[in-house]
Amino acid sequence: MKNIPEDEEDFFTGRPEKGRKIFTVSEINRRIKELMEEGFPEVWVEGEVSGATRIATGTVFFNLKDASGLLKCVIFPQTARGIKFELKDGDKLICRGGVSVYERDGRYQLYVRSLEPKGLGSLQLALEQLKKKLEKEGLFASEHKRKIPYLPSRIGVVTSASGAAFKDILKVAAGRFSGVHVILYPVKVQGEGAAGEIASAVREFNAYNARARKNERIEVLIVGRGGGSIEDLWAFNEEPVARAVYDSEIPVISAVGHERDWTLCDLAADLRAPTPSAAAELVVPDKEDLRQKLSRLTASLQAGLKDFTRSSREDLDALAHRMQMSAAHYFEIGASRMDSAAKKLRLLNPKTMLEQFRRRVSELSGRASTAWTHLLQIKNEVLRSAAANLNGLSPLKVLSRGYSITFSAAGGVVRSARDVSAGENIRIKLHDGEITGQVTEVRGNGGD
Amino acid sequence: MAEIKFEEALKKLEKIVEDLEKGELTLDEALKKYQEGIELSRACSSRLESTRKKIEVLSKNRKGDFDLKPFEDGKDE
Repeated sequence: MKNIPEDEEDFFTGRPEKGRKIFTVSEINRRIKELMEEGFPEVWVEGEVSGATRIATGTVFFNLKDASGLLKCVIFPQTARGIKFELKDGDKLICRGGVSVYERDGRYQLYVRSLEPKGLGSLQLALEQLKKKLEKEGLFASEHKRKIPYLPSRIGVVTSASGAAFKDILKVAAGRFSGVHVILYPVKVQGEGAAGEIASAVREFNAYNARARKNERIEVLIVGRGGGSIEDLWAFNEEPVARAVYDSEIPVISAVGHERDWTLCDLAADLRAPTPSAAAELVVPDKEDLRQKLSRLTASLQAGLKDFTRSSREDLDALAHRMQMSAAHYFEIGASRMDSAAKKLRLLNPKTMLEQFRRRVSELSGRASTAWTHLLQIKNEVLRSAAANLNGLSPLKVLSRGYSITFSAAGGVVRSARDVSAGENIRIKLHDGEITGQVTEVRGNGGD
Repeated sequence: MAEIKFEEALKKLEKIVEDLEKGELTLDEALKKYQEGIELSRACSSRLESTRKKIEVLSKNRKGDFDLKPFEDGKDE
């Protein structure tokens, strides 16, 4: 200001005077832009959103306001794409960016490079830290995930009794399957103490199961609530809930109605459903589908048995055929064996044998009698010749040739002249009789 | 049906059908399986047709025991 000349009249007349610097609009805008960029290369600004619009190219324009001021803001598409939530009027934001000038409109604005919802920044940070911790502990590990039963006989639900979530679950379940059994454990799903109630309800269901009879146990839990802002869902991001869900013996479906962000409850659960209705659809299958599946299976069962009996019958037929064939074969073999056996048997027939024996006996006896006769003849011959010899040797025979035997009076045979003495009575045996006499003289033959 | 869960019953039934279709069973076994299959199919079917809709509320009473009471729609927490 000091070096502006004193002559104001000249300023208003617009006549060029010495020392004046006159800018074109573009020049001044460029100058301002340079100053601004130099002065505010990177700033953090907090305020409330208003008038957010997204143009076709993807660039987002909005204003940040507070009680007494307004700052125009722009987010280029590249940055806008990375923002996970919609900007709504009244949202409190913290934006980071540089201040610059849009020369065409002579408008200065904040060129936003990143932003976060105000009030969540520190929470978000805490959440990220907690998530990392629990992940490290294995609370989200896929090995820990249990299978969700299909058509469970009892479904436990942890949500608000008056909320849309429970109504949705009942509606979906009833629409798909009439005979459903749902047990609610009512809890606060937002606000002070909600997390504690949710966690304790999950544990109570497990405690109930531990005491219940086997067929009265709850087979699956749905833990959740209907959609809401990220703050509304915050209870499901708290550590006690995540731990209770992880510890649950009963498989848990987490159904926190917020499609974009996964809560810790979602991560720790065995299954995550985007909404409570979706959770109900996961556990309550459509009755019509099941009915069809069942009748298909039953038909297959019957067809299976029919096939089985048919193939069994075929097997049986084949077997019977083979049996017949082999029986015939055996008959043949048997018959021929029987023939030969019969032949043998006939040979072994006692009658035949007797005949044979008889024949043999008669043959033998014939031979024997022949032999006997023969033998007799021989013996007779022998006998006859022997008799003849015997005849020759008989003293009587000798007598017949003229010899005689003289017996002494004593009866002994007289062999020597000396055996008798004169006067002795002797007997002379001839072949045809005896002569009795008396020795008149005894004479020796000379010699002695 | 109280003893066997629907899902298990359905799985068993599927297995039986498979076994029958494989045809490696003896006739005796096949008939036994078929019998079992028919029973499972009946059990599943009766579970399917059951219309005993039940909605209850679980709570703990002062003694620390669990109470199951019918759920009344519109009732506030």
